[in-house]
Amino acid sequence: MSEPLLNVTGLTMRFGGLVAVDGVNLSADTGRITALIGPNGAGKTTIFNCLTGFYKPTSGELSLAHPTRGKVSLQTLPGYQVARHGVVRTFQNIRLFPRMTVLENLLVAQHVGLMQKSVLGIAGLLGLKGWRTAQKEAIERARFWINRLDLAAVANEEAGNLSYGMQRRVEIARAMNTDPLLLCLDEPAAGLNPRETAALGELLQGIRAEFGIGILLIEHDMTLVMGISDHIHVVEYGRKIAEGTPAQIRTDERVIKAYLGEPDEEELPPVVAADIADVAGEGDRV
Amino acid sequence: MATPIETKLKDSVAAAGLALVLSIPFIGLHTISTDQGLVVESRWSWVAWAVGLVFIGRLLLGFARDALAARAASRPKKQAKPVVAGAPTLAARLTRAFMVAALLFAVTLPFMPYSDRYIIDLGTTVLIYILLALGLNVTVGLAGLLDLGFVAFYAIGAYSFALLSKFFGLDFWVCLPLSGLIAALFGAVLSLPILRLRGDYLAIVTLGFGEITRIVILNWQGLTGGPNGVSGIPRPGLFGLSFDRRPPEGMGSFHEVTGISFSGEHRLMFLYLIVLALVCLAVWVINRLRALPVGRAWEALREDEIACRSLGINPTASKVSAYAIGGMMGGFAGCFFAARQGFVSPESFGFIESALILAIVVLGGMGSQVGVVIAALFIVMLPELGREFADYRMIVFGLAMITIMVWRPGGLLSTRVPTVKLDQKGA
Repeated sequence: MSEPLLNVTGLTMRFGGLVAVDGVNLSADTGRITALIGPNGAGKTTIFNCLTGFYKPTSGELSLAHPTRGKVSLQTLPGYQVARHGVVRTFQNIRLFPRMTVLENLLVAQHVGLMQKSVLGIAGLLGLKGWRTAQKEAIERARFWINRLDLAAVANEEAGNLSYGMQRRVEIARAMNTDPLLLCLDEPAAGLNPRETAALGELLQGIRAEFGIGILLIEHDMTLVMGISDHIHVVEYGRKIAEGTPAQIRTDERVIKAYLGEPDEEELPPVVAADIADVAGEGDRV
Repeated sequence: MATPIETKLKDSVAAAGLALVLSIPFIGLHTISTDQGLVVESRWSWVAWAVGLVFIGRLLLGFARDALAARAASRPKKQAKPVVAGAPTLAARLTRAFMVAALLFAVTLPFMPYSDRYIIDLGTTVLIYILLALGLNVTVGLAGLLDLGFVAFYAIGAYSFALLSKFFGLDFWVCLPLSGLIAALFGAVLSLPILRLRGDYLAIVTLGFGEITRIVILNWQGLTGGPNGVSGIPRPGLFGLSFDRRPPEGMGSFHEVTGISFSGEHRLMFLYLIVLALVCLAVWVINRLRALPVGRAWEALREDEIACRSLGINPTASKVSAYAIGGMMGGFAGCFFAARQGFVSPESFGFIESALILAIVVLGGMGSQVGVVIAALFIVMLPELGREFADYRMIVFGLAMITIMVWRPGGLLSTRVPTVKLDQKGA
């Protein structure tokens, strides 16, 4: 088997005396949906923050097999450079640019490419042809994602005025506008109703099939996770306790114990446990 | 809710009592100078009038409030405005119409028969403040980075021209871009230490920069002349033609070459037109920048810095460029200011200037260029119009500012005009 797109080995993150993530190994590959699950406070979002350049991990290797730049160690890059290497994330508590329109949000995501085309703004200021073409292409790309995620009716609305479900979709569209290799979604189904969640599942599978990118997913909605994931990693107290296909995870004793406590308690289906976890909320956010 | 008449009377008596206490020293006693020196004279009838007026006024206010409340209660609750896609277009069209009208007015102003020295001079002052506020609007309004020391760039621009002309004999048109560049450079350098600061800390440090700049200018006697300032700054000429009656060596003069009879006003008109052109250029450039990745990154930075980073935008570069471009506008304004006055001294660059420019930006609605223009007109003109009230005009000024902030907390024009729209073809 060739090198996966993202290979994390021995990731450890300490905050003072607290070990939030302890020697986690995981991998994510192109064309696959990899899920990261675990009880609240298990360190999932911390792992995400390390991956996407918001934290510098205490130790560990985050190796990205970039198709053109070869092997890149993400932990050595300045935070904003991680996205430029194709690892792009969304946030648990949505972070859009609320006073900018949906279209503008998607154009901001294309900043890096457009910046080059506008030659530090000079070509853009003079309205040169190269810049105008680049801008048109950028708008067309944004239009594609706006239509794809069913946002056409609100394309010119300020993002902050949209409903929660729409904002989630805008955030995914915005991430896709950066042309990522690996899309990292931090609880994309949080706050969505069952129908929206099902639509999200279809969308993610569609994106994977159509664009062949890798998707790394933190999610508490077990129906969604079990339904669309190719591979699942389970973390608890900062350590990985299991990995495998959905079928394997469903029957893994350590996982059941982590979610439901000791087996002598009344048994709850995992979906209910996940709902309880959702209500409790999570502390380790950006 | 209607209040009983006793409450109203009680309120009025209290207000009248307060008025009495205040009016005795303020109105009741006044000094007149006689041969024996200052003599205090009392004017008790005035006090009585003041107290009576306050009493009646407070009473009427109480009734008026009741009437208003009753009317509001009888009216059906207004529905929350639905978000309509077409709504901003009207605002955008109105803004455009206003801009065109304002531009026409501004261009023709100096040639109007009613325009005298005073009006043209006032117009020039307003335009300088517009230019300054447009610059600060980039940092504060677009990029969301507070700057309480913006006057530093104004001072740097002014002194750049003053010193370059004093030591190297450069003229206005060469120094204008140079001043802008120098101020931009300072903006970039000054932004480096404050990259990680936000909120209160950012405010304090930028305030410090403004003061440091002024104090350095004040104390660097050898270079800047300290408190004496720099004088004899050359006036800008038009293609080598001077507007003086007797042009300096080697220069033609405007009235001789064109055959128009000499008038001191021509120079004022010329200055006015220069700064008008600068303002138009600034509006155009900033408008263009907003729709470019640079400008979009500024606005994105204002909205959410973390999201910016997650999209591969380098926040450092955005912040530095915002301070640099804002500083450059300030530098242009400073250079022009020096040329207009012919003299610069540190006194012109105190904190009050920074505060005034910031007030224009906040009052106008952060990020709105039209808002800035209106607010600058308002802030510069109001004290002028109130000259008859002499000492009271600052009170009127303050009251007007408070009224506006209560009435429109987001500034005069707080609606943001999108930089680009998606037409619905193929949607």
